[in-house]
Amino acid sequence: MKRKSDNLWYALFTVPLLVAFIMVVIIPFFMGIYYSFFEWNGIPTEPKIFTGFSNHAKLFSDARFLSAAGTTVIFTVVSVLLINVLSIAFSLLVTSKLRVRNAVRTMIFMPYLIGGLILGYIWKFIFSDVMISIGESLGRQDLFKSWLQDDKLALLAIVIVFAWQMAGYCMIIYIAGIQGIPEDVMEAAEVDGASYFQRLRKIIFPLLMPSFTICLFMTLSNSFKIYDVNLSLTAGGPRNATQMFAMNVYEEIFKYSNYGYGQAKALIFFLVVALITLTQVALTKRKEVQM
Amino acid sequence: MKRLGKVLIEALVFLIALIYLSPVYIMLVNSFKSRSELFENSLALPKKFSFEYYTTAMEKMDFLKAFGNSLFMTLVTIGLLVLLSSMMAWMLVRNDHKLSKIIFMLFVATMLIPFQTLMMPLMQLMGRISNNTFLQIINTRSGLVFMYLGFGASMAVFLFHGFIKSVPISLEEAATLDGCTKGGIFFRIVLPLLKPITVTVIILNVIWIWNDYLLPSLTLTDKALRTIPLSTFYFFGEFTIQWNLAMAGLTLTIIPVILFYIFAQKYIIKGVTDGAVK
Repeated sequence: MKRKSDNLWYALFTVPLLVAFIMVVIIPFFMGIYYSFFEWNGIPTEPKIFTGFSNHAKLFSDARFLSAAGTTVIFTVVSVLLINVLSIAFSLLVTSKLRVRNAVRTMIFMPYLIGGLILGYIWKFIFSDVMISIGESLGRQDLFKSWLQDDKLALLAIVIVFAWQMAGYCMIIYIAGIQGIPEDVMEAAEVDGASYFQRLRKIIFPLLMPSFTICLFMTLSNSFKIYDVNLSLTAGGPRNATQMFAMNVYEEIFKYSNYGYGQAKALIFFLVVALITLTQVALTKRKEVQM
Repeated sequence: MKRLGKVLIEALVFLIALIYLSPVYIMLVNSFKSRSELFENSLALPKKFSFEYYTTAMEKMDFLKAFGNSLFMTLVTIGLLVLLSSMMAWMLVRNDHKLSKIIFMLFVATMLIPFQTLMMPLMQLMGRISNNTFLQIINTRSGLVFMYLGFGASMAVFLFHGFIKSVPISLEEAATLDGCTKGGIFFRIVLPLLKPITVTVIILNVIWIWNDYLLPSLTLTDKALRTIPLSTFYFFGEFTIQWNLAMAGLTLTIIPVILFYIFAQKYIIKGVTDGAVK
């Protein structure tokens, strides 16, 4: 009798969310694998033609896809570096004894709360019109021109906007890490005459490894999956030069109506994201020191 | 001399933060300027503060409606998500058998799947359900809430699970001896103890759902259901960009976020810190 009612409670507490989870995540995931073996334009009445692994194979000779993948890798490397350098610098400033530290922390974290789509639109104005008008007033039209019309500068623009959004977030993680370093360790080092940079290198950085693991993970996976900023700032332009992985998948499916082929891309996208982030976590976790 | 240096450093650091926020300044000042004034100098303060672009932008974005939709979506989803995922996590922790382990593993394993991998089959499945049953999932608020519950489940269950493991079981055992039902134990004893982690779950999901663009853009076709990111997107798509109007519109969308930040800063920082788990 007791067991039966326990099982009933168990079901009552777990089934509602499990239904949503299975229908929204699990079933579509396997449907996605299934779709990736077909050629199909997404119209329910049109036939799906089984093509085996040809969708997956075609990916590796698809110039537009490979260029999007390359762009994503470059974007990810540059923005992960920039974000982590910036946020470590900010977190060191903000954990100092400065009186403005709280105000500065508040200000730098703010962009993280604004969505990528809206951030992209704000910066679109800056990189196009504001840049041009600065160029005209300074007479330096070579540098201050519309960045969004230039292949490389447009990509750099996305890096800047993304870094602007994420640096505050990582700063918060690093601050928590720095505040977790025991005071006596720092004091002992200071008494022993360690300079600020020695303390930084020998104490703060090694003890920050757990925070670094998290930030690297978050920046790596978020920049690899970037979509909103990409859409609102450049929409992939000029001439697809800044189209990244996620946007390429979206366009293949919903713009060109290659549902099966697009889904094969989406699966590869998942595998790459999983592979990169899991490798990173395994690597950086090994470097963490125990206190 | 040393004091002067200190003041200078303080001023310099503050200046860096101000420069960091300069895009917000640029957005703000240009939302008040006429077209000719904006083209003359986009960095200067406006000569006079005219709110006409705000009223126009508000009308064209149907801002109040979008705000209401976003608020509704966020509140309802998070209310349900907190309730259902804490219930789930508690059951999984307190019944540590094979089934619980499998369910938990399933949640953790799917956390890495990007939305783009699921979006097409998800739309197919939900479209088919909407066409063939009375359940209208596509293009309805409740359908979108349902999908958010599915996507939000992993992270929320994971966070609650981690927290509940550290909650001592003795109180619950005492309540069982007193004849309390499982439901009574959860709602009267456990749920109140989960406050710290609930704050984290709420904050992380507010940031996500409030700003989410792609999922609602795929499901909501009805104009009257648009959330803020959606109406912003269509606002930029429908008109050749008039930047002063655009900046007024963007400022409008950011005001609720800043108000939320001002009133809940302590919780937001705490939530974001505690929510950062690998």
